[in-house]
Amino acid sequence: MYSFSQGFPDPALLAIIAALITGFAGVPGLFLRTAGAGQVIAAGMQILAALVGIPAALALLFARASVTYTLNWGLPFGPCELAIDPLSAFFLLPVFTVGAAGSLFALGYWPAASHRSSERGLTFFFGLLTSSMALLVMARNGVFFLMTWEVMALSAYFLIVTEHEREDVRSAGTRYLIATHTGSAALLVFFSLLAARTGSFLLPAAGSLSALPPVMMSVAVAALLGFGAKAGIMPLHIWLPAAHANAPSHVSAIMSGVMLKMGLYGIFRTLTFFHDPPLLWGAVLTVAGITSALAGIAFAAAQHDLKRLLAYSSIENIGIVTTALGVAMLGHSSHSHTLAYLGLSAALLHILNHSLFKPLLFLGSGVVIHATGTRNMNLMGGLGKSTPKAALLFLTGVVAICGIPPLNGFVSEFLLYLGLFSQLQASSLSYIVFLAPALALVGGLAVISFTKLYGSVFLGTPRNYDASRAHEARATMLLPMAVFALGCLAIGLFPQFALRLVRPALDSFMPAATDAAVQVSGYMTVLGRLSLLGILLLAAMAAIALLWNLRLQRLPALSAATWGCGYQRATARMQYAASSFSEIAVSVFDGVIRQRCERPVLSGLFPRPARCLDQPSETVLEQVVTPLFMVTGGAFAFLRRLQHGQMHVYMIYIFATLFILMIWAH
Amino acid sequence: MTNIIIHTMLALLMPPLLLGVIAKTKAAFAGRVGAPFLQPYYDILRLLHKGSVFSTTTTWVFRAGPIVALATTAVAALLIPFGAHPAPVSFSGDMILYAYLFALGRFFTMAAALDTGSSFEGMGSAREATYACLAEPTLFFALITLSRLSGSYSLSQMLENVTPGAWLYAGASLLLLIGGMFIVLLVENCRIPFDDPNTHLELTMIHEVMVLDHSGPAFGIIQYAAALKLFVLGAFFVHLALPFATGNAYLDWVVFMASMLLLAVVIGVVESVMARLRLVRIPQLLVAATILAAFSTLLIIR
Repeated sequence: MYSFSQGFPDPALLAIIAALITGFAGVPGLFLRTAGAGQVIAAGMQILAALVGIPAALALLFARASVTYTLNWGLPFGPCELAIDPLSAFFLLPVFTVGAAGSLFALGYWPAASHRSSERGLTFFFGLLTSSMALLVMARNGVFFLMTWEVMALSAYFLIVTEHEREDVRSAGTRYLIATHTGSAALLVFFSLLAARTGSFLLPAAGSLSALPPVMMSVAVAALLGFGAKAGIMPLHIWLPAAHANAPSHVSAIMSGVMLKMGLYGIFRTLTFFHDPPLLWGAVLTVAGITSALAGIAFAAAQHDLKRLLAYSSIENIGIVTTALGVAMLGHSSHSHTLAYLGLSAALLHILNHSLFKPLLFLGSGVVIHATGTRNMNLMGGLGKSTPKAALLFLTGVVAICGIPPLNGFVSEFLLYLGLFSQLQASSLSYIVFLAPALALVGGLAVISFTKLYGSVFLGTPRNYDASRAHEARATMLLPMAVFALGCLAIGLFPQFALRLVRPALDSFMPAATDAAVQVSGYMTVLGRLSLLGILLLAAMAAIALLWNLRLQRLPALSAATWGCGYQRATARMQYAASSFSEIAVSVFDGVIRQRCERPVLSGLFPRPARCLDQPSETVLEQVVTPLFMVTGGAFAFLRRLQHGQMHVYMIYIFATLFILMIWAH
Repeated sequence: MTNIIIHTMLALLMPPLLLGVIAKTKAAFAGRVGAPFLQPYYDILRLLHKGSVFSTTTTWVFRAGPIVALATTAVAALLIPFGAHPAPVSFSGDMILYAYLFALGRFFTMAAALDTGSSFEGMGSAREATYACLAEPTLFFALITLSRLSGSYSLSQMLENVTPGAWLYAGASLLLLIGGMFIVLLVENCRIPFDDPNTHLELTMIHEVMVLDHSGPAFGIIQYAAALKLFVLGAFFVHLALPFATGNAYLDWVVFMASMLLLAVVIGVVESVMARLRLVRIPQLLVAATILAAFSTLLIIR
């Protein structure tokens, strides 16, 4: 344990205070008459919380300390413990960053002046969501954990249905609510089983449980279902695309950038309880992860709704993290410290990276939707001219998310590749190296998806929207994006420091003493080389650009229309659209993803107006989950008789429940 | 130090010669005299002295395309060993960086193409993206096989380990690998049977149609970057197929240059005797390449 010097404020207390500040950020706005004042106050409080919380979290992380506070709350579930260990501190970083960035962005994106009715609720629940997630990672009591979990889930629901006058928003919200509560039910089972085992609702200490008793298998399954549904691991992802697409963009940013990570945090935290996780757990996580990654990005490539594409790419990234975690657990179970170290580092660093570039892209999509008034990429184009700054920031996010050097997405995938290759000479587990080509395929598909996205939104000429209303985003919208973009660049160019940042969070899996065995310093050197080559790459680009510019100044340069291959009257609508771009790639996955096409049928001398619909299918939802729900709904139809809307009968239910509880408590 | 200088000089100066040799071989097959060996150098120099035309629809992304393509290929050239000589930069895991550097170059080339708003260029970049994506796993299977054979995670050691001796005990695996990697070499460099740099119809092109709008020095940079990419990927392939070393440092450079020229002749022969594939066949051939490489990995890991 580390004790902080006297006279210096305790960082753990500061982090808790920061978490509470975010929770109350939206409250003043509820009582203020002046439109917009509450929103400004909320943004100010969120930024204040970030300025307090992030340094505090970093201090706790680097001190490798674990600070515990106990709250006697008088509820029959034991004392409420709040603790911040390096793992919690690590997850606090994205919470505070994205919370502050999102509420600053909202000032320009969802101004109170033009969204009077919805702004207050949005601001309030945004603060509540941030706060609940910050408290969630500190919670050490199962019941308190579930409470924060529910607050998080419900505030996210109210954020999703901000535009509840639209039918598709409501249905996305309902689907989310069902999915999240199915997950919560699994978590209820999870915490009850744990409490039955340990005799207390306090979460077990790291490495204090054995995975051998058969009941632990049920615990693991419940955790995977509950946390996996929140994280969006396939096939539990069904709520994710619609919810992310229909929420306001800064809400999508915090949901994708942070809320999905809370599911991953749950899986991480659960795994720390056990000192001997069986190989099977790692294998299940690995398979689920690589499936999510491959299927997620394949679905992403087929989308032409801007935010749906980003949502499916979140599934892919969660898949990559889960794969990394899975191989790390395989390494952990088979006592291969190198594999465990590389896998865990890759997983945590990818979580951090994804919470930088995905909010950047979602905020960017907010700018795009503001400028074009649509989410359909087939109608966009040419925004690079009207919003040059946002376009540049968006490009940073796109390169980062594709996992290509010299930005941060590459670093975490690089560590994962190193991990996969590291077992090649070993006698066991050498087959996990076959994940490497699959990961390469994921990377290739990501390049397809995001070239398509960037090309059809920002490049070319405007296709089918009112280009005259397109405008550069306001400073309050660009600033948060710039912060994220700088983060992507910093981690990409100086990955060795990022690796240092991640190391303390692994303490509960591998104590500091194992550093020498896995040659942590060796990997620092490797990442140092990566950093040098990244800088060299940028220098080479600058040099070539300079030389080219010198030549350009001496030679004549003309401006003319794009060469139309002999055709003189090319129009904007002739450009390759988003759907056409991915058509070849998607046809390779024919069968998994179906493009539902309704082509207009013209008949007769005077054909009626017809419309053309081109929609990629949501295979898991349509083929698996919906039929399953139909069957379940039919089988349990008799239960509906209990629910008929008569208040007095409901009161009898409540009294009956109370009565049974009293008898049971006796 | 001498070796690093020779490495850099070769990477800077030799690539266009390969294009000249390919063209000469094709001319010989067609019964023509053909352009001189040094024609690609003249072409690039001429382009560097020409004026440019920029489309009014383009932004800075269009200008970044050639720059990034050249810079990434140049950095990749530092990672690959030429012949028996190790690469100037080598570290554990550099093969991953090597593979992903090309992705960066490709991304910006495709973005530059889409920036023009031409449907032909969009078509080209859609094809490039798909085929490159399908070629990626093959390269990784190759890297796995080589890594397992050498027990190392860096390109220099992985490739140095492929010797005539290695062919004796892992011949079957290496043979499969060569088949897969040759397909990757051709598709990555847009050669026949995947793409024809000399076709006259934009509708059927892949790489050439993406750079339709680049002119003057920009096009010169693109031509040079394409030659360098052929050289860098070719050096990888030559290492597998012709792993000969003499032991004498200077002689080894000569052996390397001779092998590269031989590779150019082979590519020229392939281009002369084959027709371009129909576009729908290309994914199938790429999957076949992946299967070849996967089998080579299985043989070595089993």
